[in-house]
Amino acid sequence: MRHIRIKRIEEKIFKTLMMAATLVIVVSLFMIIVTVVKRGLPAMSWDMVSKIPGGGFYIGKEGGLLNAIVGSLYIVIGSITLGLSFSLPIVLYINLYLPEKSKLAQFTRLSFDVLFGIPSIVYGAFGFTIMVYLGLRSSLLAGILTVTMLIIPILIRSIDEVMRRVPKELKDAALSLGATRSEIIKVILRQVAPGIITAVLLSVGRGIGDAASVLFTAGYTDSIPTSLSQPVATLPLAIFFQLSSPIAEVQDRAYAAALILTGIVLILSITARFYSRKFSKNKI
Amino acid sequence: MDKIRYNKYRQMREFALRNSMLFLTLISLSFAVIIGISLYYKSVPILDQHSMWNLLTGESWKPLKGQFGFFPFIMGTLWVTGIAIIISLPLCLLSAIYLSEYAHPYIKRIVYPMIDVLAGIPPVVYGVWGILVVVPFISATLAPHFVEFSTGYSVLAGGIVLGIMIIPLMISIFIEIFDALPGGLREASLSLGATNWQTIKKVVLRKSFPGLAAGVVLAISRAFGETIAVLMVCGNVSEVPKSVFDPAYPLPALIANNYGEMMSIPLYDAALMLSALLLFVIILAFNAISRVVLIRIEKNFAL
Amino acid sequence: MIQALFRVEKYFDAPIKKVEVIKEYRSQVEVDQIFKTHKPHISVRNLNVYLSKNHILKNVNLDIPDKALTCIIGPSGCGKTTLLKTFNRLLQNSVDVRIEGDVLVDGENIHGKDVEVESIRKKMGLLSQRPCPLPMSIFDNIAYGPRIHGIRRMKTLKIMVEKYLMEVGLWEEVKDRLKTPATSLSIGQQQRLCLARGLAIKPEIILGDEATSALDPISSKKIEELFVKLKEQYSIVLVTHTLRQAKRIADYVVFMYLGEIIEAGPASEIFSNPKKKLTREYLEGFFS
Repeated sequence: MRHIRIKRIEEKIFKTLMMAATLVIVVSLFMIIVTVVKRGLPAMSWDMVSKIPGGGFYIGKEGGLLNAIVGSLYIVIGSITLGLSFSLPIVLYINLYLPEKSKLAQFTRLSFDVLFGIPSIVYGAFGFTIMVYLGLRSSLLAGILTVTMLIIPILIRSIDEVMRRVPKELKDAALSLGATRSEIIKVILRQVAPGIITAVLLSVGRGIGDAASVLFTAGYTDSIPTSLSQPVATLPLAIFFQLSSPIAEVQDRAYAAALILTGIVLILSITARFYSRKFSKNKI
Repeated sequence: MDKIRYNKYRQMREFALRNSMLFLTLISLSFAVIIGISLYYKSVPILDQHSMWNLLTGESWKPLKGQFGFFPFIMGTLWVTGIAIIISLPLCLLSAIYLSEYAHPYIKRIVYPMIDVLAGIPPVVYGVWGILVVVPFISATLAPHFVEFSTGYSVLAGGIVLGIMIIPLMISIFIEIFDALPGGLREASLSLGATNWQTIKKVVLRKSFPGLAAGVVLAISRAFGETIAVLMVCGNVSEVPKSVFDPAYPLPALIANNYGEMMSIPLYDAALMLSALLLFVIILAFNAISRVVLIRIEKNFAL
Repeated sequence: MIQALFRVEKYFDAPIKKVEVIKEYRSQVEVDQIFKTHKPHISVRNLNVYLSKNHILKNVNLDIPDKALTCIIGPSGCGKTTLLKTFNRLLQNSVDVRIEGDVLVDGENIHGKDVEVESIRKKMGLLSQRPCPLPMSIFDNIAYGPRIHGIRRMKTLKIMVEKYLMEVGLWEEVKDRLKTPATSLSIGQQQRLCLARGLAIKPEIILGDEATSALDPISSKKIEELFVKLKEQYSIVLVTHTLRQAKRIADYVVFMYLGEIIEAGPASEIFSNPKKKLTREYLEGFFS
C-alpha cells in the first residue's frame, strides 16, 4: 500500500498549497484596503469634501476635492441616464419582441458581449477621435458620452441576464389578456426592477472608477463646471494627477480621493451584492 | 366608437415603440464596427508612410524624427502581461480547486464576497497601492538580490499589480467551470476507489481543461487593455525591457501618456490611434476565441 | 509547524460527519433459507441515515447474501439509492449527512476508525443510472481503476483491459478503437464499459443503481444477462424500479418503503407468498 501513502502525502502538499493560495488572495485584498485607509484617513477632513482646490490643483495647498466629487457625480448621473435610455429599450426588444432563438437576438447578445470586453482606453481613444471630428474640446459632455459608451454593454448584459429569467408564463399570461407587447412592458419592468438596480450599481461602480475613458475626453480642472462644454474633474483623475505632485498637501488630496473612491465603490458593491442575492443562481 | 379609436391608438403605439426599439438595436450592433473603422481611418496617415512590418518591429520611438517603432511597446505589453499571468494563474487555479472541491461552505461565504470586492476596486486605487507598496518593495528588498539598481518601477511591479487585478475574473470563471461539472463523474471516479486528489487530478482537471483555457484567454485579454494601474508603476521608458526589473512601456500606457502632445507632432496622433486599433483588434480576437470555446462547452454540458 | 498546518486544514474542510457506532444488535431479519447456501456478505444493523435533517433510512436491518443477485425494490424516493451509497461510503461526500449504525462487510465495520475509504470502495463496484464514462479513451477508462491502485505496467494493463472487455462482451466491438474517447460509444456500450471498469478493480460486490433504466431494451437485456452471469463470482445488489426486472433475475428480494425495510427474503417466496400487506399491495401494482 506504499503508493497510497505517497498519494496521500501528495494530496496533503497540494492542499496546503491551495489553502496558501486562497490566503494570499485574501491577504492582498486586505493589503490594498489597509494601504488606502492608512494614507487616506489622515488626509480626510471636512474641508476636503467641501472645497475646491485653491491655487491650482497641482501645486495649490488649500482646499479639497469638491471639484472631483461633484464632477464624478455629474458624469455618473449623465451617463446612467443616457445609458439606461439606450439599454432598456434594446434589452426589452430582444426579450419581448424577438422569438426565443432568433438570430438577431443571438447576434445582438454576442456583439454586446464583445463590446463588454473592450478596454476603457479604446473607448477613450474613440471618444477623442469623435471629439476632434466634431470640433469639441474636453468637456463634461464628451466625458459623459464616453462613459456612456463604456457602460452600455455592462447594463445590457446585466439587465438581459435578469430579464431572461422572467418566466415565460408571465409574458404569456399578460399577452393572453389581450395586451399588446408594449403594454406588458410595465409588468415586466416591475418584475425586474431589483435586477435593474443591481445593474445600475454595477455600472456606476465601473464608470466612476475608470480613468482611461475620461482621460482624454473630460479634461481636468479646478472648478466645478457650469455648463456641458466645460472641462470637468473626476475622482480617478484627481488621484492620478495629484499623486505625483511634490507638495505634500496635494499628495494628501490624492490619498483622500483614493479613500473616497474606494469607499464609494465598496458601498456600491455591497449594496449590489445584497440586491443580487435575490436573483443569483449560486447560493453562496 | 371610442373603443375602436383607442384600439387603433394602441396599435399605433405598439408599432412605434416596436420599431424604434428595433432601430436602436440595429444601430448599436454597428457600434463595434464603427469604433474599428474610425480608429482605422485615423491611423491611415501613418500606415501610408510606413509599412506595418516596420512599425511593428522597429525599435526606436522618436516621434519628432518621424520614427515610430512599436516593438518596445509590444514587448513591454507582453512582458507585463506574461508576468501577470505567471503570478495569477497558479494562484487562481489552486484557490479555485480548493474553494470548489474542498472548502467548507462557511469559508466560501466569506471568501466569495471578498473576491467580488477585489473585482470592484478601481484600477487607479490598484495603482496607488502599487506605488506605495509594490514599487518600494521591489526597489529596496527584492531587486538588490538580483540586479545592481532598480527604481522599482518595473515590469515586475506592473506584473504584480496586473496579476492581482485579474485574479477575480479568472477565479470566478474557474469556479464556475468546476461547479458545472456533472456530479456523476466525480462519483464514478470515487466509487472506483480513487482519493479526492486523484479524482481532481485525473478527472476534474481533464474535463474542465478547455473551459480553464478559455478563462485564461479571457483574462489575458483583460490584462492587455488595463491602462491606468500599469501605467503608474511600470516606469514608462520606451525601451525593450531586458529583465523583470527594467522599466517597460505597454501599449495602453503609450496612448494614455501622450495624448496631450498628440496633436502637435505630425503623425503622432495617427500612431497613437494605430496603437489603439492594434489593441482593439487583438483584444477582440482573444475575446471572440474564448467566448466561442465557452459557448461550445456550455452546449456540451447541456446534454 | 507542518503538523500544525495540517491540523489547521481540518477545520477548513467540509466536515466528514462522524459515525456513531451503536453496539447492541437486535436482529430483526429471520435467517432465511437462502443463508444456508450463501453466507451474508453485507450485514446492516440499525442503520439510520439523516440527510439535511430528513430521516431518510429508518432503522435498517438487512443481510445481503454472498454470490447471489439481490434486488432492492420499492417505489421511487424510498431511499434505495441512499442505501446503496451508504454501502460504498459515497454518501459521506454530500453535505449535511449523519450516519448511525453499522454496516459490516465480511464482518468488518466499514465505518470503523482505521478503515481506509478507498479500500472499501475497491471492494465494491458502483454502476449508476446514467453511464458516466471518464473523459478519456476506452482503454484508459478500464485502466483507470488498476492504475490508481498501483498497477503501472503496460503489459498487465493491456491484459486486464482485454479480459474485462471480453467479460462484458464489448471486446469484439471496440478492439480496434481502444484509444478513441469513451464518449463516442452508444449509451448501451457506455454502460457496459462502466461495468467493465468497475470489474477491473476486482471487487467482491457489485452495486447497481437502476443500471438499466436509461437504456434501450436491447442493451438492457444484455446488461441483465451480464449480471446473471456475474453472480457466480460476485455478490450483486441491484436497485430496480421495475418489478419485472426483479422477477426475471433476482435470487433475493428486499422491499423498501419510505426508508424502511418492509420485507426481505428469497425471490421465490416473496413473489409467490408475501408476508406483509404492503408488499402484497406493491406487488399487485396498487402503487409504484
